[in-house]
Amino acid sequence: MLSAVTFAPLAGALVIILFKMFSRAEDSAFIEKNARGVALLTTLVTFALAIVVMIQFDPQNPGFQMVEYVPWFTELGMGYRMGVDGLSVLFVLLTAFLMPIAILASWKIEKRVADYMIAFLILETLMIGVFCALDMVLFYIFFEGGLIPMFLIIGVWGGANRVYAAFKFFLYTLLGSVLMLVAMVFMYLQAGTTNIEVLLATPFAAEIQTWLWLAFFASFAVKMPMWPVHTWLPDAHVEAPTAGSVILAGVLLKMGGYGFLRFSIPMFPDATAYFTPLVFVLSVIAIIYTSLVAFRQTDIKKLIAYSSVAHMGLVTMGLFAMTELGVQGAIFQMFSHGVISGALFLAVGVIYDRMHTREIAFYGGLVHRMPVYAAVLALFTMANVGLPGTSGFVGEIMAMIGTFQVSTWAAAGAAIGVILSAVYMLTAYRNLVLGDLTNPKLAQINDMNIREWAIFLPLIIATLVLGFFSTLITDVTAASVEQLLSNYQAALAASAQ
Amino acid sequence: MNLSTLTAEYMLFAPELVLAIGAMALLMLGVFVRDHDKAAAFVAPLTAGLLVVAALVAAFMVPGEGGQAFSGAFVFDPLALFAKVAIFGAAAIALLFAVPYLKAERLAKFEYFVLIALAALGMSMMVSANDLIAMYMGVELQSLALYVLAAFNRDSLRASEAGLKYFVLGALSSGLLLYGASLVYGFTGATGFNEIAIAAASGEVSIGLLFGLVFIICGLAFKVSAAPFHMWTPDVYEGSPTPVTAFFATAPKLAAIVLLARILLEPFGAMTDQWQQVITAIAVLSMAVGAFGALTQNNIKRLMAYSSIGNMGYALVAIAAGTAIGLWALLAFMILYIIGLVAAFGVILSMRTSEGMVEQIEDLAGLAQSRPGLAWTMTGAMFSIGGLPFLVGFFGKLFILYAALQAGLIFLPIALVLFSVVSAYYYLRIVRVMWFSDPVVTFVGPSAATAVITNVAGIATAALVIVAPVLFYLAQNAGFGPL
Repeated sequence: MLSAVTFAPLAGALVIILFKMFSRAEDSAFIEKNARGVALLTTLVTFALAIVVMIQFDPQNPGFQMVEYVPWFTELGMGYRMGVDGLSVLFVLLTAFLMPIAILASWKIEKRVADYMIAFLILETLMIGVFCALDMVLFYIFFEGGLIPMFLIIGVWGGANRVYAAFKFFLYTLLGSVLMLVAMVFMYLQAGTTNIEVLLATPFAAEIQTWLWLAFFASFAVKMPMWPVHTWLPDAHVEAPTAGSVILAGVLLKMGGYGFLRFSIPMFPDATAYFTPLVFVLSVIAIIYTSLVAFRQTDIKKLIAYSSVAHMGLVTMGLFAMTELGVQGAIFQMFSHGVISGALFLAVGVIYDRMHTREIAFYGGLVHRMPVYAAVLALFTMANVGLPGTSGFVGEIMAMIGTFQVSTWAAAGAAIGVILSAVYMLTAYRNLVLGDLTNPKLAQINDMNIREWAIFLPLIIATLVLGFFSTLITDVTAASVEQLLSNYQAALAASAQ
Repeated sequence: MNLSTLTAEYMLFAPELVLAIGAMALLMLGVFVRDHDKAAAFVAPLTAGLLVVAALVAAFMVPGEGGQAFSGAFVFDPLALFAKVAIFGAAAIALLFAVPYLKAERLAKFEYFVLIALAALGMSMMVSANDLIAMYMGVELQSLALYVLAAFNRDSLRASEAGLKYFVLGALSSGLLLYGASLVYGFTGATGFNEIAIAAASGEVSIGLLFGLVFIICGLAFKVSAAPFHMWTPDVYEGSPTPVTAFFATAPKLAAIVLLARILLEPFGAMTDQWQQVITAIAVLSMAVGAFGALTQNNIKRLMAYSSIGNMGYALVAIAAGTAIGLWALLAFMILYIIGLVAAFGVILSMRTSEGMVEQIEDLAGLAQSRPGLAWTMTGAMFSIGGLPFLVGFFGKLFILYAALQAGLIFLPIALVLFSVVSAYYYLRIVRVMWFSDPVVTFVGPSAATAVITNVAGIATAALVIVAPVLFYLAQNAGFGPL
């Protein structure tokens, strides 16, 4: 089942590739046109499969479910192992949910459509694979392989400075990840297997844990991204096409948080406890500093990118608080941020498609021409600020309370960040939408069309429903988080003796 | 020695016999055909067939358990078998690459193909050498054939320069090798690897033996183009005709690195502590030169030369581990690397405009739009050689990391991954040119053979991930043989 979800997009990509390979030159227009349809259909099928996975998933069971195993490099202790638990199943759903939206948002791409769709479908396979992999090497392959399609997406279909952004994105993330690879091989030598289930039960010596933790941290902190290794993110976001930004913010950033949950925290509990203050400090700096930076941005996408860094700071804080509320809140926040920031990038895409600029100063008074758009943007602005009733609120408050239970200071820093987020988001909203329509170029701008409605509707529903019915998510994660925490406490107690 | 032991010994030597006799016969055949073009046209497929037959003989005719022949001067073991099949395969592919190229460049002479067969014979003897003299014979036979091949386009100034450079520096390295061999002989009193192993294992290591070993390492480091003996590589890669470069990059590298591994692990296996530092230094230097040297190259063949220096650095990390795991990691790495190289050189050979071959990286601009098949192949090849997942090259690097960490080395694997990040930059640069830019030049269609080989290798860089365990199994079998 999980393999089906993972490789369904790849099958779609292969269909497009085969069409391209066996077609004559005069058919290329036909193929370019139909690539969109194939991609949309594939992602919708994947989404349907992901929903089936959610239905089959038993939230009471804290262990791995739907486990699949195929021998693969057995002599080296490796294997093709897939499975999900409460920590990962939601991310599979999130990825499958965002992908059709991303494809729909790319409907207006005219340049090399078939290649574009192939890259996105391969990327989806790799992203879902990350969350399903139960083998360390398999995880690494999916985790690192995602760089290749994303590099092409930013570089080929990106903005003016796309080459720089693509290289920065690739090399930054690669540098973080290779150290993790060394650490993984080292863990294999210690444990004799790359099976994550076994590794979770393998105690590592405390002094080794420190080094392994740092190596994993190098990778996940870059991916997350945490201050001060976040600088690739604004560049990548600004230059990526709209759908690329959506996927980058919605899914790729979540891989870092998922990595912490899957590897760093449960496998190296002693090191986690040792480094928690460091993570708190970095998170607080990220929240306050990047919020201030966001306030000074003149480019809308950059503003949202910095706001993402700040929100991810809240996630790391909640994760490392290691309280039930904190971890649950962090997962909730990751899911909701995936929806909200995706929606914000799409909202930027709507006006960018019309005016081809992202300068905040260019806009103003959009409400007069685009009332519906103004309302939609208002909703997601509020959600990003964390207004009660939206999903942004639930995640923030849970993560903050969870942190407060262990560190007052860190929670206080996070609270300042929430205030600052209101400052920059509302200022940006005012400058974009409210006031008088002064720029004559905006006089003929049109409101959202049906396709754009179709894009935003599921996101609006998700944001509001999760804002009111937060148990939809917390029920799924509860059992696994509880197990994670109890194992963590037990490991700390064992090493304290 | 009675007749049956003699036949048994010749059975071990059968692939070499087939090649040697076949190459001589083809040489005669070529001479007796008046028309040069016609001679080339039918010697080429015959030579390719000869190489395939030799590979089949090695795989199926030679007794599987192997053994030693000629008083221990020649050994046939799983390692030799694995290397031989790979060498013959790579040589056959390089040969098929050459046919359309030589025809288009009006260089089609049958000697080219015979020289490739003779070079393959030399390499085959290198990987089976179990004696200093046999080793030197193999190395020289291979080198002499390669010197001629490098300068094969004798009307081209660059090719003649490349050939001469390769010859002068190659002769120097042969001198080093020979001097080292004579020192080893002087201090152990034996040329056979079996006897040297006994001498090396017995107590105190004499300084002369150590010197001899270092000279041998230097001589072979030259052959694998490891820094600081890499200076010839970029010039020879650039100057030689492209199919010759494709040949240089694959089979001879494999043969030399397998020979180096055999010498270090078998006769000098007891002296691991001594040579490990030397190999470590060479490995780090090679990785550094390969990573930083390639950054500013504009000629794709020069870039591949630096890339090969860097990749030999990775291979040396596997040798530095000094274990059986290191050996099979080396073999797996080399095979996966060669698959990537075949795809890459297939694309480089397809870079032909209506005015002739082009070699600048900029000429690849917009390949993803003008020739998507080639662009996908080159993308796969670059990422595979760069060792990125989900392409097969990643496994080669993974196994090397595993071998090195397993042997207790910490610094080397970390250096390896860091240099691989640096080198990722220039692989990405090629991908950038192909994908991000718009087409400037259009290439004429490649010949059918080149296109098929290139695309198969390109698909293999991605699809092999699924069947990689089989390859891994073969490499592991070969690697655990001699130790």
